[in-house]
Amino acid sequence: MIYAVAVFAPLLGSLVSGLLGRSIGDRAAMAVSVLCMLVAAALGPLACFQLVSGETDAGTVSLGTWVEAGHFHVSWALRYDVLAAAMVAMVTFVAMLIHVYSIGYMAHDQFPRYRFFAYLSLFTFSMLMLVTADNLLQLFFGWEGVGLCSYLLIGYWYDRPSANAAAIKAFIVNRIGDLAFAVGVALVFVKFGSIEFSTIFPAIAQHQSDTYSVLGGTFPAFEVIGVLLFIGAMGKSAQIGLHVWLPDAMEGPTPVSALIHAATMVTAGVFLVARMSPLYEFAPFALGMVTFIGATTALFAATIGCVQNDIKRVIAYSTCSQLGYMFTAAGVGAFQVSIFHLMTHAFFKALLFLSAGSVIHAVSDEQDMRKMGGLARLIPWTCVVMWIGSLALAGIPPFAGYYSKDAIIAAAYASGTGIGMYGFICTVLAAFLTAFYSWRLLIMTFHGRSRVDHHVLEHVHESPPVMIVPLLFLATGAVIAGKLLAPLFIGDDWQAFWNGSIFNAPTNHVLADLETVPAWAEMAPLVFGLAGIALAYVMYMAFPLLPMQLATKFRGIYLFLLNKWYFDELYDAIFVQPTIRLSRMLWQTGDATLIDGVPNGLAELAVDGSRQAVKIQTGSLAVYAFVMLIGVVLLVGIFLVSR
Amino acid sequence: MGTEVGLGHFLVVSAILLVLGIFGIFLNRKNVIIILMSVELILLAVNLNLVAFSAALGDLVGQVFAMFVLTVAAAEAAIGLAIVVIYFRNRGSIQVEDVNLMKG
Repeated sequence: MIYAVAVFAPLLGSLVSGLLGRSIGDRAAMAVSVLCMLVAAALGPLACFQLVSGETDAGTVSLGTWVEAGHFHVSWALRYDVLAAAMVAMVTFVAMLIHVYSIGYMAHDQFPRYRFFAYLSLFTFSMLMLVTADNLLQLFFGWEGVGLCSYLLIGYWYDRPSANAAAIKAFIVNRIGDLAFAVGVALVFVKFGSIEFSTIFPAIAQHQSDTYSVLGGTFPAFEVIGVLLFIGAMGKSAQIGLHVWLPDAMEGPTPVSALIHAATMVTAGVFLVARMSPLYEFAPFALGMVTFIGATTALFAATIGCVQNDIKRVIAYSTCSQLGYMFTAAGVGAFQVSIFHLMTHAFFKALLFLSAGSVIHAVSDEQDMRKMGGLARLIPWTCVVMWIGSLALAGIPPFAGYYSKDAIIAAAYASGTGIGMYGFICTVLAAFLTAFYSWRLLIMTFHGRSRVDHHVLEHVHESPPVMIVPLLFLATGAVIAGKLLAPLFIGDDWQAFWNGSIFNAPTNHVLADLETVPAWAEMAPLVFGLAGIALAYVMYMAFPLLPMQLATKFRGIYLFLLNKWYFDELYDAIFVQPTIRLSRMLWQTGDATLIDGVPNGLAELAVDGSRQAVKIQTGSLAVYAFVMLIGVVLLVGIFLVSR
Repeated sequence: MGTEVGLGHFLVVSAILLVLGIFGIFLNRKNVIIILMSVELILLAVNLNLVAFSAALGDLVGQVFAMFVLTVAAAEAAIGLAIVVIYFRNRGSIQVEDVNLMKG
């Protein structure tokens, strides 16, 4: 019951502020929305604690039937197990803090704010629906819900063309993944005759050797389903290839970025893989792909993060990279570790985004780090929490990221497979780059010489308490979440904790092997992280001219990274331009020429014909009479001749 | 050659009348009333034919029909003249060249 209230409170908040916001006013709508989130944030973690402590049993909260068509049966139900409950606890808590923060951040916005809060709450609700789904269709409902809300929120400032473009881009790129996801769900139904998790998971063992024969090849059924679902996850979680929407999503207000990148939306893909762990455990190829894509993304996004100048974009690529870490862990079978990183990441990434928002707020909506610097004295609180977030992100002990990220890297090493080794190398290198770009961001923003415009400098101010307090909560989480959750999530008693909500095949010993990883592999990420910090210090603090010289010397590489590996340009050339050309051809040849041309031509013909015919009407009676006479003579003549 | 007036004579007169009437209609460029008169001539030519054949064949139907044609001709003349009067009142002229409102 508590659980259901926690899930539906955000929906109530969203409906009230969205539908009644105009009549009850901005402040009341905001109050209702935030209040509902507070309720959810109190009950969500409570439900999780009750489940973990054994006070209540795992089960399903049934809400009613949704679809009933022949053998196809789908119900509305909330799955109440550790995985879902932990996600609910995290989502409600982080989303609540973001709601509170938004009160301050959006205070000076030009639009009425009830719309913003309605979207924000709806977003949270969609994510809760996604994580608590007990069947794939309900999961898809939440999946599309967050997609829709991300569109609405990224395009929140609808008077900016760039925001609209970014919103559409996010929506369309997600649709590509969703197509694969929907096909995957359909295949699951064909294979199992049901899409309810409680029916699918026990039946997996007996379908292990099933295959599909398509296009002359034979493919194992689980591999196909696994790959299709993962493509869906790639779209949502912005993995390489389908990541292009994520940096552009920075067009939305900063709390939205925090919500999309920390608690909701992008983590949906990781959650999906963990939720479908019983299936993935029997799809080694699909898992290998998960690791490969994840590790590649981790490294790829980190390289881009190193040269971006927009403070939010750096963090956006960092999100992309961290999601790559999570997939790397999931791919080697350490689903628990990936969920663990998802949790800690939610704290420090929300923290980083919201403190970046606080910085942007302080410097009059400037986002370019080249126009910041030396802000530490002026906004000390923001500076402190951002340091904490960066320490957690870089995996410096004892901050949260240290536990989860090192566990991922260790798991990649412990898996012992070739693809695991690839993951290990990529993630360690990414750890170096992560530390580098985090400190680059910190130094460029808070330290060194100030490059702030002096008009702006006069107005630099610390954010109001309503923004700082949520930051402090998140900072606390970023400090202690790792230490607190590590023994539970991946400690010795992980089997008792997860209680079967994540499945590990009998042959999967990754979690047990985490302890046996050699010391050098254990220490590698930390060493590389510290090296990254040192390099950032050297380049941006000690010798601030060095980056510029490097950029001019290695201009090719620099531009390649600055332009995000030219992914946008590539897609533009391969997909966008041909589509535009095709559409233009269809429009101008097909529509304007053919479809419009035929009726228009006929009409023209009729007009011309009548114009000619009109000339016969001379108006002269004599001519009429003459013609009539000729006619009569002709008719009579014909009559006489043919008689 | 005898001097008796036969059917042929009637038909010749009638044909002359018809041709006169027809030429009166479309060689006439001036007056609408002349057109009415020409129509009257054509009808008379027809009547003459009817009566001539009636007498020649000894069938009275032709003469009865001629009476009907006369009636119709009278009505036609009345209506035609009325139109001409109204037309003159509106346009101030009954020249045939001026009657061209139907021109396309």
